[in-house]
Amino acid sequence: MKTTELLASSSFRLSLVYMVLFAGSVLLLLGFIYWATVGFMARQTDATIEAEITGLAEQYREGGLGSLINILQDRIERDPDSSSVYLLASPSFKPLAGNIDSWPDVKTGSDGWLTFAFKDTRAGGRVFQARARPFVLTGGLHLLVGRDTRELSETQDLIIRALVWGMVLTLALALAGSIVMSRSMLKRIERINLASREIMAGDLRRRVETMGTNDEFDQLAVNLNAMLDEIERLMAGIRHVTDSIAHDLRTPLTRLRTRLEQLYADLDPGNPTISNVEQSIADADQLLTTFGALLRIARIEAGGVRANFETVDLAALVRDAAELYDVVAEQKQVELDIKLEAEPQVQGDRDLLFQAVINLLDNAIKYSPETGHVLLQLAERDSTPVLSISDQGPGIPVAERDRVLERFYRLDQSRSEHGSGLGLSLVAAVADMHNARLELRDNHPGLIAELQFNSSN
Amino acid sequence: MRLLLIEDDAEVANYINKGLSEGGHTVDTANDGKTGLLLATTEDYDVMIIDRMLPGLDGLTIVKSVRAASIPTPILILSALGEVDNRVEGLKAGADDYLIKPFAFSELDARLEVLQRRVTTGLSVETRLKVGDLELDQLSRSASRAGKAIELQPREYRLLEYLMRHAGQVVTRTMLLEHVWDYHFDPQTNVIDVHISRLRSKIDKGYDKPLLHTVRGAGYMINENN
Repeated sequence: MKTTELLASSSFRLSLVYMVLFAGSVLLLLGFIYWATVGFMARQTDATIEAEITGLAEQYREGGLGSLINILQDRIERDPDSSSVYLLASPSFKPLAGNIDSWPDVKTGSDGWLTFAFKDTRAGGRVFQARARPFVLTGGLHLLVGRDTRELSETQDLIIRALVWGMVLTLALALAGSIVMSRSMLKRIERINLASREIMAGDLRRRVETMGTNDEFDQLAVNLNAMLDEIERLMAGIRHVTDSIAHDLRTPLTRLRTRLEQLYADLDPGNPTISNVEQSIADADQLLTTFGALLRIARIEAGGVRANFETVDLAALVRDAAELYDVVAEQKQVELDIKLEAEPQVQGDRDLLFQAVINLLDNAIKYSPETGHVLLQLAERDSTPVLSISDQGPGIPVAERDRVLERFYRLDQSRSEHGSGLGLSLVAAVADMHNARLELRDNHPGLIAELQFNSSN
Repeated sequence: MRLLLIEDDAEVANYINKGLSEGGHTVDTANDGKTGLLLATTEDYDVMIIDRMLPGLDGLTIVKSVRAASIPTPILILSALGEVDNRVEGLKAGADDYLIKPFAFSELDARLEVLQRRVTTGLSVETRLKVGDLELDQLSRSASRAGKAIELQPREYRLLEYLMRHAGQVVTRTMLLEHVWDYHFDPQTNVIDVHISRLRSKIDKGYDKPLLHTVRGAGYMINENN
């Protein structure tokens, strides 16, 4: 399976969309985890500080300044490594007691908290961030209680790193999962596609495999197979009907023609009736030819004759057709030329393609003026074979070009000519069967009939 | 010739029977598949004519059974199913020729003659064909009449060769299309007649005795005697 095919597949795109949605929800979940852990820690620290301030303020109210200083020093000494930050300052912010050197030179935030950097002398003068709450005691003294946020931010970093990695892993797994999933889906769809292509190529017996899992794909395959059975049944029906018509109508015609032939043989050559009998035989033959052509068109359109497809050398076909008709052209003093610019080969029914070329060529010569010029040309356009036959006859008016392909449709000026009105219908049916396009164009003057083959035919 | 005809349509069977008997042949007729197969496998015939659509056992099955029994008798299939795929099916089953109903008796006669001749002459390859003073050398692919060379186009040569191979036999237009042009199709015009008349002007023009004759309502024949 090619990468481009995979990227273009709708299952892959669908899983990408799903991946984005999934990543969004994971992000939301991780956000909640972050808020619940780091946020909780921060809120807890804040609550502890508030409680401490309340406690210290109470100590001050009860025991005065000395007691407060004692308590502060006691706490600092008892746990010198603690992350607590204390500072008691005079109304003019002059430090009286505490474990930092000076009142931080930052403004208090609107929430009553301040965040600042301080130099920790105990840790070799390293700078730490701290979060603290100032409090004004009665008598104008300032009390600052805080915590350095080292631990908190370390935890925060740890959690963020864990969350980012979690996210990356989630995305990678989702991507890998969607590739695997769409690959397996593509494989099953490709199996259906392969079967369809083989059926279109003429193998009407082919069916889509089922896996026996009875999932959606199996159900699709079962339905497709049922549809194909139905199509095959209908086509067999058409074949049966045309075969029956052929049999039922041609048999009495055989008898009619047989009796006429016997009558013809029994008559003396001098009998005046003989020309009538001869004409009747010719009429019966004409009837049978028309009937045969109709049946043939019906069967070609039913598509059941692809079994005879082989590699056909178009150049050889054109040469044979021209060779067969050059005597006819000569008789009518029409110049017949062939021009082979390419020698392409197509998959097709050799006899039917020849019939189509003959029908077009016959028309071209029939409608050519005397000393006219008919050109049979084989070329390659956009690497697909194009077979064209051009004449200098009256051509076909633009409005009539589609209609002449209908059965029995004849232009007014050609009604007097011999013919069944089925020649071009047959060409159109043969073209269709070969995935070719039949185009009728103006040759100024005359007609160009062009069979454009499809390269994938 | 001793012939077997398997055909369910009594009138067609009568017609064929009558024509063949008049031509001096013996014909056994079966009007259903089973009787036909029985005759085909137990009796000895020169050529078998088998209709495709039969009550009981269809024509193709009979052909297959006959071939499975290693009976090499030439078989001509007769059918109203004149489509190309049916023809291919028939030939694949083991038939030697295929004739579409309705047909002129002369067409059937001509084909039977060719089928039977194919067996009797076998594969012997003649390098020189001769009809009267008209000669055809298949090695140099040249023709001459009364010692005078005749210029022929390749297709004209093949046409003459086919006619001369079947000298004295009627050759129909369809047989010519199938064997000289090698395509199965309906010619829109009398294109074969035009080719024949051109060939005729090359081999008969200027000679007292015409060799290439038109057989009214049937086809052509190359023959020394009229």
